[in-house]
Amino acid sequence: MEYFIFFACAIVAVISAILVIVQKNPVASVIFLIMAFFAQAILYIQLAAVFVAVLQIVVYAGAIMVLFLFVIMLLNLRRDEFGPEKHPLHRWVTRLFAIVLVAELVIIIIRGFVREGKADIAAQFGSVEQVGTALFTKYVFPFELTSILLIVAIIGAVVLAKRKAEGE
Amino acid sequence: MVPLEYYLILSGIIFTIGVAGVVVSRNIIIVFMSIELMLNAANLALISFARRLGDAGGHVFVFIVMAVAAAEAAVGLAIIIALFRNKDTINMDEFNIMKW
Repeated sequence: MEYFIFFACAIVAVISAILVIVQKNPVASVIFLIMAFFAQAILYIQLAAVFVAVLQIVVYAGAIMVLFLFVIMLLNLRRDEFGPEKHPLHRWVTRLFAIVLVAELVIIIIRGFVREGKADIAAQFGSVEQVGTALFTKYVFPFELTSILLIVAIIGAVVLAKRKAEGE
Repeated sequence: MVPLEYYLILSGIIFTIGVAGVVVSRNIIIVFMSIELMLNAANLALISFARRLGDAGGHVFVFIVMAVAAAEAAVGLAIIIALFRNKDTINMDEFNIMKW
């Protein structure tokens, strides 16, 4: 059963990830990306990361993807945006290199040392309480830095997207 | 229980799809989504290591990666809007003023 859930989610995630990059229409890409995120959220639950799975759906599939959709609507793209296809060799070379990269990663993962860890974990592992405790005790400094990063991002986004005032 | 290697290989495959998307796609928004895919592949690897080592540190890192991704999405989409305002296109091939 565990294997069945893993392979079902893995296949959904990989296929929707491929569909994200081959779609012509960006809105369809966003929908497939959300599908990939949901499949990954199920895998997170299987890995006992319940809090992160909820964050994945709420923050990623919810907030960030809505931002993407807003921008796609704002840009109001035409259908004939992209000219004729580039040289077909470009596409094939990319596929070849992608396969080589996957093979390389698989070989490294299989031959590399992966420490046999704990099969059994505490019942509350990955819960909000446990992650929150780690976040506010051991990792409190990175957490505070995150807040600065978010403020910088807010200001940066406003400055960049702002229309220049007249006579500026 | 599913071995750790399976999750890592899945993460590697998703990461590679993201890389291929950045290289192949000419639509700047799809390039951006490919970057999100790569960040998610890294998240999956972090979560599977956290599960195997029984350490919540991986979950905290995923939390921080999500914050970085949100910041990156906000700034990046603002840059796309600014680019679109200047060039009136989102075709990656048109943006070559930084090319040497």
